Amino acid sequence: MARRREIGKAGWRRTAVMAVISFIYFFPVLWIILTAFKSHTDALATPPKFLFTPTLENFVGVFSRTYQRGGEAIDTKFDLFFFNSIFIAGTSVLIALIIGTLAAYAFSRWPLKGNDLYMFIILTTRMLPPIIVIIPIFLMFRVTGLSGSYVGIILLYTAFNLPFTIWMMKSFFDEIPTEVEDAARVDGSSETKIFFKICLPQVKAGIAATAVFGLILTWNEYLFALLLTGIDTRTVPVAMASTIGGDIGVRWGLLAAIETLFLIPVVLVTFLLQNQLLRGVTFGTIKR
Amino acid sequence: MSKRYQHQQGLIAQFISENRGPLLVTPALAVLVLMNIFPLLWSFGLSFFKYRANRLNEPEFVWFKNYIKILNDPNVWDRFQTTALVVSIDVLLQLIVGFLLALLFQSQFPGRRVLLMLVLTPMMLSFVAVGAFFRYYYEPTFGLLSQAVKAITGERYILLATPEGALAGVIFADVWMWSPFVMLLVLAGLVSVPKHLYEAAEIDRTSAWRRFWTITFPYIRGLLLLAILFRTIEAFKLFDLAWIITEGGPGTSTETIAIYVYRVAFQYFKTSESAALGYILLFAVIVLTNLYLFFVRKRAAEEDA
Repeated sequence: MARRREIGKAGWRRTAVMAVISFIYFFPVLWIILTAFKSHTDALATPPKFLFTPTLENFVGVFSRTYQRGGEAIDTKFDLFFFNSIFIAGTSVLIALIIGTLAAYAFSRWPLKGNDLYMFIILTTRMLPPIIVIIPIFLMFRVTGLSGSYVGIILLYTAFNLPFTIWMMKSFFDEIPTEVEDAARVDGSSETKIFFKICLPQVKAGIAATAVFGLILTWNEYLFALLLTGIDTRTVPVAMASTIGGDIGVRWGLLAAIETLFLIPVVLVTFLLQNQLLRGVTFGTIKR
Repeated sequence: MSKRYQHQQGLIAQFISENRGPLLVTPALAVLVLMNIFPLLWSFGLSFFKYRANRLNEPEFVWFKNYIKILNDPNVWDRFQTTALVVSIDVLLQLIVGFLLALLFQSQFPGRRVLLMLVLTPMMLSFVAVGAFFRYYYEPTFGLLSQAVKAITGERYILLATPEGALAGVIFADVWMWSPFVMLLVLAGLVSVPKHLYEAAEIDRTSAWRRFWTITFPYIRGLLLLAILFRTIEAFKLFDLAWIITEGGPGTSTETIAIYVYRVAFQYFKTSESAALGYILLFAVIVLTNLYLFFVRKRAAEEDA
């Protein structure tokens, strides 16, 4: 007992040390969140202010502020951009999840001739620099008129999410033992029933993790959105980046508020994902 | 129901059951072919033509002229050098920081999970947001870094004004963002070391240094290699972060090859040249991805054995 208590004490000391290290590491995020609650003058104060009266003016500003450019008042339109980000990411992840899960199931259970080659090509399409694909897609969208439309960007993001979804879902399907399925097959269950009633329920957690990772990847994506969305379909990262390069000087407090709103869902979800994090960030190639 | 109809139904059912795999894969492959393979083939074709997307001129077939031009272009070699420099320093630092973090988080202590998540958060954030953070911190007058340096030296400090400073600024941001990735992989390796090996070493009074190289290292070697390859592929594509923080500047000192392709394609509109350059990049990535998968499979085979 005495020994255990000793370890306990050392454990708490370790917690204190690690808490300091972790907070230093997390500091860049923390400081942005603090900046989001500062008034314009506080955000630009020298020396930096650690104690200040918090204000919500930046958050209100994100959605309502109009500013002068060449005399005309312009709405920031961030309500639209946030809607676009949610709508585009949600739709494309859903489509990718449906067709990707079917494909992953096939790759796992009915290997095609050259299965490994297919999987390799699929992974390569995810690994290659997006700039290579975007040149012809840019031309393609210009010809077909998809440039700047929801359909175009959703289609592109579906393709962007598919390799990830297939690799992730295949790794989950590969993990479940096939005995139950085989038994059901012997009993004469239809393949449709086996898929929906036996296999899918076993990978429920995997589907959730894949969906959430896909949402984060799409939510964060910048280059495709920069080149292929129009003023009405613009997503938050593009709008955020354009506020930095703006000709009116950067409103850091406002930018911090946008970032905070943009990051909070990701941070929350990361907490929920912790057990699947390794698999997610390696696109399902490493399980543990 | 006619006999012929029943017969047809039977044939369809038979066709489905014989081709279940290909049928299930088709929708996914169709999307990938449409949005990835076809565009890639198109730009492959384009790389043999002379074509500018902002002109009305018909594309003109020029054989390998674009490739020859690129390979003889000192600008391209300069950008490749910049990229190689960024990738090597970047990945090396990520390995060191990630490794140290993993060693710190190796043991159990109260609150470990929550603190671990704080450290893992950066890699889940968007490049644009992280780029914006660091632009704020590097800001000449009221950025945290500039103020800290000014407090010490008493002089105004502009990190992004010098080529070395700008490189350091971009690399620092990327290392901060991706060291947790290395940590995560190393931690996974550390967990897989059987406890009894440590106990045996303790009885033998093996030194900590020796214990690390003979017991721990063999278990994390595989994952470390995967981490290096994965980060190399990703760092090779570095675009968003450098674009947001420096836009390739000052001059072209932080212009990575990805930014250069972007400029050639969408600012100078030398469309076919950028396609050719893209293909050279693609080749490099395919080699690296192949290598990566080779080691993934090797590791999986070792685990099963």
